[in-house]
Amino acid sequence: MDLLTPELGLFVWTLIAFLAVFFILRKFAWKPILKSLHERETGIAESIASADRVKKEMGQMQAENEKLMMEARAQSAQMLKEAKEMKESIINKAKEETKAVADKMIAEAQQQIQQQKMAALTEVKNEIGKLAVEVAEKVIRKELATADSQNGYAQMLAEDIKMN
Amino acid sequence: MRSGRLFSLLALTFALSSAPVFTFAQHEENHENAHATEATAAHEGNHEEKKEGFNASEVIFGHIGDSHYWHLFDVNEHPVSLSLPVIIYHPTKGVEMFSASKFHHGHESYNGYQIEKGMKEKIVSEDGAAIIDFSITKNVLSMIISVVLLLWIMLSVAKKYKKNGTMVAPTGFQNALEPVVTFIRDEVGKPNLGNKYMRFMPLLLTVFFFIWINNLLGLLPGGANFTGNIAVTACLALVSFIVMLFNANKHFWGHLFNPPGVPLGIKFLLVPIEFISLFIKPIALMIRLFANILAGHIVILSVISMIFIFGALSKVAGWGFVPVSLAFSIFMFFLELLVAAIQAFIFTNLTAVFLGQAIEEAHHDDHAHAEAGHH
Repeated sequence: MDLLTPELGLFVWTLIAFLAVFFILRKFAWKPILKSLHERETGIAESIASADRVKKEMGQMQAENEKLMMEARAQSAQMLKEAKEMKESIINKAKEETKAVADKMIAEAQQQIQQQKMAALTEVKNEIGKLAVEVAEKVIRKELATADSQNGYAQMLAEDIKMN
Repeated sequence: MRSGRLFSLLALTFALSSAPVFTFAQHEENHENAHATEATAAHEGNHEEKKEGFNASEVIFGHIGDSHYWHLFDVNEHPVSLSLPVIIYHPTKGVEMFSASKFHHGHESYNGYQIEKGMKEKIVSEDGAAIIDFSITKNVLSMIISVVLLLWIMLSVAKKYKKNGTMVAPTGFQNALEPVVTFIRDEVGKPNLGNKYMRFMPLLLTVFFFIWINNLLGLLPGGANFTGNIAVTACLALVSFIVMLFNANKHFWGHLFNPPGVPLGIKFLLVPIEFISLFIKPIALMIRLFANILAGHIVILSVISMIFIFGALSKVAGWGFVPVSLAFSIFMFFLELLVAAIQAFIFTNLTAVFLGQAIEEAHHDDHAHAEAGHH
């Protein structure tokens, strides 16, 4: 069949055109296109990978931050607790100390009072003794001013002795 | 996985290539019928005007064949066409160049040459010398147009890539082209050629786009039947065959001429078969594209011609057939749009498959291991 026999002319023209297109496109179209497609693809893949990495790092950092926060919170709570305890202990200690001081002072005061009281009492006793002696002297002087009375008294004393 | 894909691809190829051939065969029948009806019509109306007769085969073969004119349309039975330059190599007279208009549509001879119109339009020398016709025919001109288009599109897109840098999103035509390029790379190049695919990408891309754009241009009304011409498909198949031969490695030739692990007696049987199969590959490439595109053109033209065939029988039948014919030809056009891309893809893919076979390294199964071990 005529249709199945290739014409040499068309064959040659096609070969020339195809090869020309091939060499031109290879140099000026396919290589740059394929190259930039490849570059873009690797670029995108890299960006995605680095984004993933950054995300992961961010996650890690966040976890770390949270941990740090927790620690700080725990620490502050601990510190607060300690401070509270310290305060209480200080107050208690102060209270105890003041109480001790007060007790001591009271005790000292009481002792002093006692001493003073004793001193005053002795003095009073001495005064009273002296007064009594003076009064007794005066009474005796007055009673024994006469001879009769002196006799009477001596008699009485003698009787006392006798009776004993 | 790879074999499964290959198998489905082959199945698809087979289905697609057999379908149009089938319709083609059917058409042949129709064509005979048309001839018959025409003959009867001619017989009946023999004493009336004979020019009323519509010769479908002449119209169809005029369209699918090559020509030294680019026929545009008829005005009052006078064809309006572009006369294309004729370039002839004569063994004794040398190269001659003149316009096809000198032939006055085949009515006159010029310079000892004349146009012979059979199934194919041919220039013959009156002295009977074996001349070679290098004319810029309709197909050649159509190809030049497609080449200019292809270069313009691809170079402008490539310029955009260079200008915009790599990390900028594609715009305009770049957007349309990029998925196709990546498709050829990822679905044709990589699976068939392995890690050497980058070496053959320019060829595969050029083959694909060259065939595709020519298929599409051929579908335009008045377009040439370029990819449906066997000289063209033969040329393309030859290019892929030569590339395959030049890149075939020791392993390929070894398996071809000295298949390992085969008894000597079988070798005498196997080697010729393998040798023939080597040449069948490009022939299959050539025939597949040629037959598919040719069949598509013939079917569309036949469907359109039906209007005129029925019109020749009676005016009512002709007008009545218009919607049917139009619907069918529109359907065929859409089908051919698909076929244009699919056949370009199949040609490219089979080229890649053949190349892949030629450059395949030893040990199919532990291919990756062997490679990793060697390097």
